[in-house]
Amino acid sequence: MGKTFAEKALGRAAGHEVRAGEIVTVEPDFCMSHDNAAPIARTFKKIGVKNVWKPERIVFILDHAVPAPSDDHAINHKEIREFSAEQGIANFFDVTSKGGVCHQVMCEEGFALPGLIMIGSDSHTCTYGAYGAFSTGIGRSEMAAAWATGQIWFKVPESLKVTVTGSFRPGVSAKDLILTLIGDIKADGADYMSVEFHGPAIEAMSIAERMTLCNMGIEMGAKNAVCPPDAKVLEAIRDKAKTDRWEALWADDDAVYAKELTYDAGDIVPCVAKPHTVDNYAAIDEAKGTPIHQAFLGSCTNARIEDLRAAAAILKGKQVAVRTIVIPASWKVYRQCLAEGLIETFLDAGCVITNPGCGPCMGNHEGILAPGETCISTANRNFKGRMGNKESFIYLASPLTVAASALKGEIADPREVL
Amino acid sequence: MEKTILRGRAWVFGDDVDTDLIYHNKYLAETDPKKMPQYSFEYYPGKEHFAKEVKPGDFVVAGTNFGCGSSREHAVYCLKYAGVPVVLAENYSRIYYRNAINNGYPVLFIQGISQAIKDGKIEDGDELEVDLAKGEVKNVTKGTVFHGDAVADLEKDIMAAGGLIEYLKSRAEQ
Repeated sequence: MGKTFAEKALGRAAGHEVRAGEIVTVEPDFCMSHDNAAPIARTFKKIGVKNVWKPERIVFILDHAVPAPSDDHAINHKEIREFSAEQGIANFFDVTSKGGVCHQVMCEEGFALPGLIMIGSDSHTCTYGAYGAFSTGIGRSEMAAAWATGQIWFKVPESLKVTVTGSFRPGVSAKDLILTLIGDIKADGADYMSVEFHGPAIEAMSIAERMTLCNMGIEMGAKNAVCPPDAKVLEAIRDKAKTDRWEALWADDDAVYAKELTYDAGDIVPCVAKPHTVDNYAAIDEAKGTPIHQAFLGSCTNARIEDLRAAAAILKGKQVAVRTIVIPASWKVYRQCLAEGLIETFLDAGCVITNPGCGPCMGNHEGILAPGETCISTANRNFKGRMGNKESFIYLASPLTVAASALKGEIADPREVL
Repeated sequence: MEKTILRGRAWVFGDDVDTDLIYHNKYLAETDPKKMPQYSFEYYPGKEHFAKEVKPGDFVVAGTNFGCGSSREHAVYCLKYAGVPVVLAENYSRIYYRNAINNGYPVLFIQGISQAIKDGKIEDGDELEVDLAKGEVKNVTKGTVFHGDAVADLEKDIMAAGGLIEYLKSRAEQ
């Protein structure tokens, strides 16, 4: 009987064979925290341990509210600077041109690596599965405990195998696939499970697209989500791996799954998640024509260079009909946009570009909605009030659909403007 | 958990209650758990009065996937420090569940409660009697009984200490 990815990765970390359902205690390879490192540091100090277990395994990336928009945020940032200096945490991405959205930076900088056990005090930590890591989000108390002890317990999850064959039609992308999947199995469809993406359509995807899939694993309740660590991944990490502890692990062909699903990428159509849940699927034909007040191209889900290229191709030489906020996922992505002329394309089209970070995704700043307003967004959550106002409405969609909608001032089918 | 049989009123919620509905991201900069209850369920349609009217001993009752979404522990603190002794739901998102255990906060898995909520068999204001040791919930008002799973051993140790940090602290002191 073969093993799933989760059984292999957790077994490797535990140092013995494991099966789904067993509880293991493992040492995390990397622990990521963003602006919430400040309250975690306060909790850490209550434990009574003087030093973090291994400072080189802890990463801080400020992204939720950068540069600080209020004194509360400024105080948090200050505490993080002091704590990282005091504890010798060198992997600290402060408010500089080296940072960006935490999950993007973790991948760009070579922390996300195949077979590693990665934890983050953010629910979208599951993103690193695009590089073949076992990565999952945890709470603040648990992160403080991990810093102190260098250990974390996991129940080895059961696995959901999603096989994707065929190829996308023009105007369709990974975001449409993941919104379709979540719409089918619902917000709790993968609760506690490890989601494995298999098949030729996944192999054909760029790592950026795989990050979009894995990023949204949490939106169906998954513990982690993962794609095969193939030649593309090995090439991407070649000169930047932050440790040599990694190992390319993948599920056996005869692994045992709790559930298996198959999709043909050719059947997927552009779609949105309607307010106020991510599983509230609507094909574009049903949603198009809905008036919007704002379009947002950003977040850890869809603001990589590939996403911004796709959006810019639609916006080039045209004018947006509603305010459109573009936030590249990192300063590396921003520089690449500059080099390729995309920043100019966005500016010429009337978009507003802000510094890399989470921006308005969770309602902190840079694009809060007013009551009664509707935003179409490339982010991962459309919960009631997520972008700062509970009387506003958020539709989630791909960068192509968001760009097409920005031009029309209403939700639009990207296939009509390609 | 010295007292294992609790009695109180029900506040009833649906399936997939996300962390923004329990504790909105607008208040994330708050780091004092005792100040968090004033924001509980502010964004939940029809439950905006929860924070003002909840009494210590009242129960939060919900369907499937309670606490889905973000990893914020505020969503645990805002109920714990409001005096809600236990959450009674069909099941929980995994991060919410871990956060609850790690903060010594009991959450019970109650079979069939999601459907019972939809069928109106458990409603706001119903008087409930909850046996934490057995994982049993009696709806005294409507005369029905629900059964749940007791907490697993590993999790019991952490909860008995009052949470993960207290548990580690006691070990560090030894």
